[in-house]
Amino acid sequence: MIINTIKGLAAAISMAALALGISVTASPQPAEAGDTVKIGSFLAVTGGAAFLGDPEKRTLEMYVEKINAEGGVNGKQIELILYDSATNPKNAVTFAKRLIQQDEVDIIVGGTTTGETMAAIKEVEGAGVPFISLAGAGVIINPVKKWVFKTPHTDGMAVQKIFLDMTARGLSKVGLLSGSGGFDKSCRGNAQALAPKIGVTIVADETHGKGDTDMTVQITKIKTAGADAFLYCGFGAPTSIAAKNFKQLGMTMPHYQTHGSASMRFVNGADGAAEGVRLPAAALLVVDQLPASHPQKKVGSDYKAMYESKTGDSISTFGGHAYDGLMIAVQAIERAGSTDKAAVLAEIEKTANFVGVDGIFTMSASDHLGLNMDSFVMVEVSNGGWKLLK
Amino acid sequence: MADFLQFLFSGITVGATYALVGLGFAIIYNASHVINFAQGEFVMLGGMGSVFLVDIGLPLPAAIPLAVIATMAVGVALEKMAIEPARNASVVSLIIITIGASIFLRGSAEVAWGRNFHSMAPFTGSAPIDIGGAALLPQSLWVLGGAILAVLALKYFFGRTRTGKAMQASAFNAYAARLVGIDQRFVLLLSFALSGLFGAVAGILIAPISLTYSGVGVMLGLKGFCAAILGGMGNPFGAIMGGLLLGVSEAITAGYISSAYKDAVAFLIILLVLFFLPSGLFGKRRTERV
Repeated sequence: MIINTIKGLAAAISMAALALGISVTASPQPAEAGDTVKIGSFLAVTGGAAFLGDPEKRTLEMYVEKINAEGGVNGKQIELILYDSATNPKNAVTFAKRLIQQDEVDIIVGGTTTGETMAAIKEVEGAGVPFISLAGAGVIINPVKKWVFKTPHTDGMAVQKIFLDMTARGLSKVGLLSGSGGFDKSCRGNAQALAPKIGVTIVADETHGKGDTDMTVQITKIKTAGADAFLYCGFGAPTSIAAKNFKQLGMTMPHYQTHGSASMRFVNGADGAAEGVRLPAAALLVVDQLPASHPQKKVGSDYKAMYESKTGDSISTFGGHAYDGLMIAVQAIERAGSTDKAAVLAEIEKTANFVGVDGIFTMSASDHLGLNMDSFVMVEVSNGGWKLLK
Repeated sequence: MADFLQFLFSGITVGATYALVGLGFAIIYNASHVINFAQGEFVMLGGMGSVFLVDIGLPLPAAIPLAVIATMAVGVALEKMAIEPARNASVVSLIIITIGASIFLRGSAEVAWGRNFHSMAPFTGSAPIDIGGAALLPQSLWVLGGAILAVLALKYFFGRTRTGKAMQASAFNAYAARLVGIDQRFVLLLSFALSGLFGAVAGILIAPISLTYSGVGVMLGLKGFCAAILGGMGNPFGAIMGGLLLGVSEAITAGYISSAYKDAVAFLIILLVLFFLPSGLFGKRRTERV
């Protein structure tokens, strides 16, 4: 009886472990070692950043399948080895080690959040494996780390874009609210550093805890502090809660959020309260509204069509980061003609005028992001959708 | 003044949430001295279940009872399949089993419903009520009302009904209760069903405020647990007071000191209370007879 119970428990635990995502996804036709190009990935498929990691995972799987169906890279099939780091930097380190030592991958495309990416950097730098991160913060590539690249715009660029939009509207007193995550903190630090340079003042600097369900206290304080614009730094459910509380308190000042909210989840979750919120985002979000002459129109439309038909879900910019990361990796391997790590690294740094979903990338030894502000657009929530601001 | 009122309303909203979650902890603790760490997941199941049922086309008034019943069934299944087979194990082992169950339930929800967050429309509109310059959401009143109603129902159940009295008796002395013919297994089963009921109701009432997602129960469960401890474990009325106290002290700290120290101050209060009143604010003062 007891043994049965223990067995049952063990089964339950292993099922839970399985459900929690110690799941490994391999390519449809696992070829023999040496015959494949091994692309490793650890993503926050579950946990707090799941709504970033999930579209990233689907994007990687979908495009690896597509590339393989079209003959692979350099005549070899791609083998995707993907782990769920569950929005936990400790897991990210474990999986980065496993990818490098056990799976012997040729390149890593992953790292959904800044915390996970930063935790894994020591491993990839030590082993010398090219790593294209999908996380936001500027600290990942600044200062430049030899083996580390990233595809999303930095949060510094997002804050800069927001502050410039504010000053253009004659706003200068910012009430800032941020969460406790790595992205939130980095965004807050950027806001504090950039404010004096652009000529805005942060008159209130409030924070909220993980899993908080109400932020009316913080927003009330921002109101009392005499702010004329509100900025929320964070991602996930709190973005919607902040918008709801903002409306609940009858606030009318311009409301800004970051590209962490660039998902229909934010708009739908806020239940109408997101109307009028402005945020900077990759052009992908409003690809339908881009003029036909826009260089990213085609790549954006293609990605959107593929993602939406395969998943039946609406598009977010996060999956786009994974698309760009994968394509930059694959093209570098193609150009290098091998998976020799140093050669691939050199080729990634030579990425020039690559038209991706996030923007047009031109990397160099001193710029491991390769994007400028031009590829970032300001959008406003309007009628439950995104409106491109001129 | 308007600011103070706003902080208070915010504290009451959050506190009522903690209180409702804390209730579930109190009920199971009463019947078995087990702290059910899957309580937060019952909250999640109620909210996610309703959202899912509404998504597949059911009207809200039909989706809510169905989600509640389903969560109760999960509570019963948890007791039948995980707690009962191990009922001769120590209380600590049972608590560990509930932790395992919570991870399992969260994982299953992620597989079944995805990992995104969902919103639910407020029951009676989202236009805030203005009181003295502070805004209160109608949904907060629903949560508070739900918590008060739950306590009254429990008070009646434990004080006036035969089954409720049997549960109280088992909590007081399981051995003696068994001698007078109270079926211990049934009591435990019922307590899990009840805590599933209150967990699901909590999850549904707060979903329009907090949104709902597979991990929503983690922090709420923790805070609800704190509320139950603060009020005196095993005392439903205490859980309500503990929840409100926790919520209001968080809001006042965030309002007048700093939002960065909000959680720290709340936990400091808990530590102080437990230091001076180990059985919580409203817990029974126990005297051990030797």
